Amino acid sequence: MKIAVCIKQVPDSWAEKKMIGGLLDRANVDAVLNDLDEYAVEEALRIAEAHGGNEEGGANTVTVISMGPERATEAVRKALSMGANDAILISDAALVGADAVVTAEVLANVISQGGYDLVICGTESTDARMSVVPAMMSEKLGCAQLTFASKVTVDPAAKKVSITRVTEAGVDEVHGEYPCVISVVEKINEPRYPSFKGIMAAKKKTIDIRNFASTGAQFTKSWSAVIDAAPRPPRATGVVITDDGSAGQKLVDFLSEKKLI
Amino acid sequence: MSTVLILADFASEKATKATVEIATAGAVIGEVTALVLAPVGKGAAYAATINQGPVTKVLVIESDDFTKHGVAAYADALAHVIRQTTPSAVLVVSNAFGKEVAGRVAMKLKIGIITDAVDIAPDCTATQLVFGGSTTVHSKVAEGTGIITMRPNTIAANFAVATPLIENTTAPISDSSKKATITSSQPPIKGGRPELTEANIVVSGGRGTNGDFATVEAFADSLGAAVGASRAATDAGWYPHSHQVGQTGKTVSPQLYVACGISGAIQHRAGMQTSKNIVVVNKDPEAPLFELADFGVVGDLFAVLPPATEGVKARKA
Repeated sequence: MKIAVCIKQVPDSWAEKKMIGGLLDRANVDAVLNDLDEYAVEEALRIAEAHGGNEEGGANTVTVISMGPERATEAVRKALSMGANDAILISDAALVGADAVVTAEVLANVISQGGYDLVICGTESTDARMSVVPAMMSEKLGCAQLTFASKVTVDPAAKKVSITRVTEAGVDEVHGEYPCVISVVEKINEPRYPSFKGIMAAKKKTIDIRNFASTGAQFTKSWSAVIDAAPRPPRATGVVITDDGSAGQKLVDFLSEKKLI
Repeated sequence: MSTVLILADFASEKATKATVEIATAGAVIGEVTALVLAPVGKGAAYAATINQGPVTKVLVIESDDFTKHGVAAYADALAHVIRQTTPSAVLVVSNAFGKEVAGRVAMKLKIGIITDAVDIAPDCTATQLVFGGSTTVHSKVAEGTGIITMRPNTIAANFAVATPLIENTTAPISDSSKKATITSSQPPIKGGRPELTEANIVVSGGRGTNGDFATVEAFADSLGAAVGASRAATDAGWYPHSHQVGQTGKTVSPQLYVACGISGAIQHRAGMQTSKNIVVVNKDPEAPLFELADFGVVGDLFAVLPPATEGVKARKA
């Protein structure tokens, strides 16, 4: 089967993020493969390995698809070093500041061109945190939406996929057929560390860098825009005491004074 | 007068508090119509629970496709009603389900989407707190109707009694929206504690618990609070991952957040720094989280929390 994994390069989630001119400053911050996408790459590899492998001559291929600046090849390379076969990066100045609708449209077009059976994503990126692109791609592709999966079962013979969906609303068992868009939740698996062999092999793998026009998407206009952005004022300095045996009671007094109890 | 369409959110067949919140937010823009999407035979009962908040009209669509096909079917119905009524804005609750429905609608109708708004102005400008609450952003859709998801627990809901006009209608559900099928659904397992993102008070534990959450839980229970955990604690397997507060976990914004034995890496701060009041208990006086504390205690949580728990119980007795 042909599996696509959508990934995003994001600022390191342990770093401070800033806005410049209504856009996230991506240049002056360490960039990494979105934490939550590592689970998607791992799940894609596990599915491939469970059903005939994705080594040369194997039954499956795992293709990494991303949109971002050329620098995003670093994150793509990491996914390749985990074991994905090849990659497509859509990189174009016209897509700077693209919103979720544009992003989903472009990715869905590329996926449609490639004819994948399964599309696997993380649930959200740790920068924008919208959690909407997998659902949007499913809408655009007109295929089954199997999102927020904590468990994925694939039956290649019947071309069927079953997932356990976990959200605040509870737990659902959801089923669909190929092609479908899957998103996987954090902790669905334990993402592998790239091996030395994997890192070396990734250097030779192909990253097909495409421009916006090649995707056939008909617009570059974003439907939503930031008007202004400002750092929030720092919190007023509070009181810090050292426990001398009475801190528990003083904490209760504080809560009481603030009418929190 | 401009109208605002809200997608009513239900839990256990009742409109949630978050539904009243988005109605309250929507009333700033115009007259609020609530869309109720219900299983066949349940429309009237669902609609009857829209009895609070500034809602003037309730539109009811019954279909068993909602329960059977989930997000995609809801999105079809919502998109249909938007096409028919062209509201100024569409408001949806910002949970996993609401965001996905909004996403599909935005894609279908090619309209702007803004997620996790904490406030909305009469001209439909949305306020968002991004990057873990470190930055305030104002956003707007480019033109026409926008769809905005609103984070629960950030707007003071107007609980005034509502007596809306109730109207039934229908919407087509497309074949491509029936491609995912739900065969079983279980509601979330409710412990005795409130849901993390909806709780007024959250008490969280981190590395400093050394895996023993009993003391943190006891303090949480005395306050009627939800229990959270840092990524260090969930990664160590000390507490379920679903309780993780932080950049890759839940974002909470309660009236009171109590962090116990959590040093306060950005990873964690990103999930809690918009809390109204922050209390920090940590043995390490250098813990960065003290910078955010309204009240901090340098001390061992196992020494500080038990008397505080007793103190709270005594105060409430």
